[in-house]
Amino acid sequence: MTTATKETTQSTITTSVKEKIEKVDRRDAKLALAHIYVAFIALFLGGIAGLLQVLVRSGSFDLPSFINYYQVLTVHGVLLGLVLTTFFIMGFQAAGVSRSCGTFTDKQRAIGWAGFWVSTVGLVAAAAMILTNEASVLYTFYAPLQAHWIYYLGLALVIVGSWLSSLAQVMRFNQWRKEHKGQTTPLLGFMVVVNNFLWFVATLGVAVEVLVQLIPWSLGLVERVDVLLSRTLFWYFGHALVYFWLLPAYMIWYVVIPKVIGGKIFSDALAKLSFMLFLILSVPVGLHHQFTEPGIDPLWKFIQTILTMFVVVPSLMTAFSLFATFELRGRELGGKGIFGWFKKLPWNDSRFLLPFIAMVAFIPGGATGIVNASYQLNELVHNTIWVTGHFHLTVATGVALTYIGAAFWLIPHLNGRKLTKRANSMANCVGILWAIGMAIMSGAMHVAGLLGAPRRSAYSTYGGSEQATEWISYQVAQAIGGSILFIAILIITALIIYVSFFAPKGEEEFPIGEVAAGSAPTPAILENFKVWGVIMIAVIIFAYTIPIFDIINNSPLGSVGYKLW
Amino acid sequence: MEIHKYEKWWLVFGGGTLLVFLIVLGVSAFHGGTHPNNSKWTINYEKVDEIAPFDNPGVHKVEGKDWDYEVVLVAQAFAYTPMEIEIPVGSKVRFIATTKDVIHGLGIAGTNINLMLEPGYVSEKITTVDEVGEYTIVCNEYCGTGHALMYSTLKVVDPNDNSN
Amino acid sequence: MTKQKKSSDDNLKGTLFATFGVGLVIIIVWVYCFDLFIGRF
Repeated sequence: MTTATKETTQSTITTSVKEKIEKVDRRDAKLALAHIYVAFIALFLGGIAGLLQVLVRSGSFDLPSFINYYQVLTVHGVLLGLVLTTFFIMGFQAAGVSRSCGTFTDKQRAIGWAGFWVSTVGLVAAAAMILTNEASVLYTFYAPLQAHWIYYLGLALVIVGSWLSSLAQVMRFNQWRKEHKGQTTPLLGFMVVVNNFLWFVATLGVAVEVLVQLIPWSLGLVERVDVLLSRTLFWYFGHALVYFWLLPAYMIWYVVIPKVIGGKIFSDALAKLSFMLFLILSVPVGLHHQFTEPGIDPLWKFIQTILTMFVVVPSLMTAFSLFATFELRGRELGGKGIFGWFKKLPWNDSRFLLPFIAMVAFIPGGATGIVNASYQLNELVHNTIWVTGHFHLTVATGVALTYIGAAFWLIPHLNGRKLTKRANSMANCVGILWAIGMAIMSGAMHVAGLLGAPRRSAYSTYGGSEQATEWISYQVAQAIGGSILFIAILIITALIIYVSFFAPKGEEEFPIGEVAAGSAPTPAILENFKVWGVIMIAVIIFAYTIPIFDIINNSPLGSVGYKLW
Repeated sequence: MEIHKYEKWWLVFGGGTLLVFLIVLGVSAFHGGTHPNNSKWTINYEKVDEIAPFDNPGVHKVEGKDWDYEVVLVAQAFAYTPMEIEIPVGSKVRFIATTKDVIHGLGIAGTNINLMLEPGYVSEKITTVDEVGEYTIVCNEYCGTGHALMYSTLKVVDPNDNSN
Repeated sequence: MTKQKKSSDDNLKGTLFATFGVGLVIIIVWVYCFDLFIGRF
């Protein structure tokens, strides 16, 4: 009797809380929007840089003499790899936490804003150095090429700012947990916290590289830098970085899409399990970017190959959950046979179509990623343009197109407007253009890469070599694909401006799926961050201690800085 | 936690596939010797020109070793020494390379020879060049303005073919 | 309890085929690349 009353009261409370938080608080919305606007300015400018690159590489276009190709390449990498992603993620996650756990306290929101401004100041500083050609070192800034110290400091500030933003989100989640002891945490809030945890641990590597090695060295306080150590610290961060990009896309796939299609989240527990697996396995795999480098023991390279294969498993789980969500909904709508459900999905809804195209791109992207990580097979593709093709399927489609599709409903949700029917159709056009452009560009990159064409290189005939002539025909194809993508980016920019400032006032939903009725409750262990955190740290210590000890112990004379651009 | 029967099948199939990949890679590497660059040889990168074998870059026929030729390559911004390498087909070759300044790449297009050259380290690869052809050697790690102009050529020739 | 059983019996044949399709893509790409690797020196 008492229990029954208690349950009823609790469910009443939950309903009322739910109603209260269905819309993101106006003040939180402003914070999220600030981040998202910066992200889309970055997409537009980074897109221009991308267009210039494919045109130069086609051999039929020269940059004006005051711009250097590698400066453009640095702009492209920094704006799209670091700025678009980090800012969109922090904006989306702030909105997601506010939506799923409740509005921020004033203190939490202030920390969020502090994060935004620290990141933005850092971004402006780094941008100034790139534009004045003081930092044409690409977004990976490999020593001993030496950029201006302000460039390193600027990038460090972008990361420090993101720590503050993350902190605000984690504080809000913890507050929810305290207020709802013993309850299953909101899936979206939980996922945000996993991603922030992952981000914090991963960025420690690059923070040490930048603060301890590169800044003192570029300031002239120390003469030499340990190059291999700096690269190893970078890649400790660099591969986890791609999961930091990917997990917000997975959040949208797991949590938002089920609601958009009118279905249910397949399983709260499996979604949480896959995120915890990402948490423990995303960092200790960075050596798979360093297979062709000297100075690192092959045994440890292979151990990290094994760990990389493990980190594929949560993506396999994700694939199943998503297909299952689609199939269950399609069957509910009367889909028959093995694939009849497929036709029942809402193909005209851009909130579904764009992330769906993204998911499809992620399948070959994941497959080529497995090749990259396959130890000796890496020799086939390392630093060829195959790799560029690979991550344009994963991050530039799987991740970016999901973000873009989300922005079209998220921005109007946050600023009290509507995604109109026509805007929705335009958004669908974007998805189709993106799919076509990327298939051409990325496909050509993969083929040229297997033929040996290098990535990150300006146009060159390599002395008229027969092989290089073959690559150039694929570079023309890349320019065609890249131009189609640029048209898509123009439409995206117009749509973002439209939903930000011109779309009719109204209410746009922030779709959050519910868990399928009858799915088993989530075991408490899956929400225990202490346990998974300890496992994470243990795996990292296991995978990295000996390699780093070896590198330091056997290190040759360090390198002075070079400015060769 | 309940897992659908088909999901179990899928995870067994997917996980099993990855396991097979790992076994094939592991056996091929640790038994067949197909490791990527695993050199741990260090060098003073500022004195590369004075240190053997880099004081004499080029192709050297060697006797009494496990390989027939040593190819010694020096990379610097923005060129390789030597500019051209010629080796008879079927020879077992040890490629030895290093850099005098920043990081460079050494990718021989159409082959599995793909090495990072980092200041202070010597990179190595041993392989049998078993197919006649002209292979472009490109710098595939960004090294500065002249990066795309940095190349060399590997010619694998048939000594019995007098057509040239 | 009955509800839980029901969800285990959900008809997910399409999902099974689709995921195995994903697996097939992974295998084809990998085997193709491995074969290229073996064929080159």
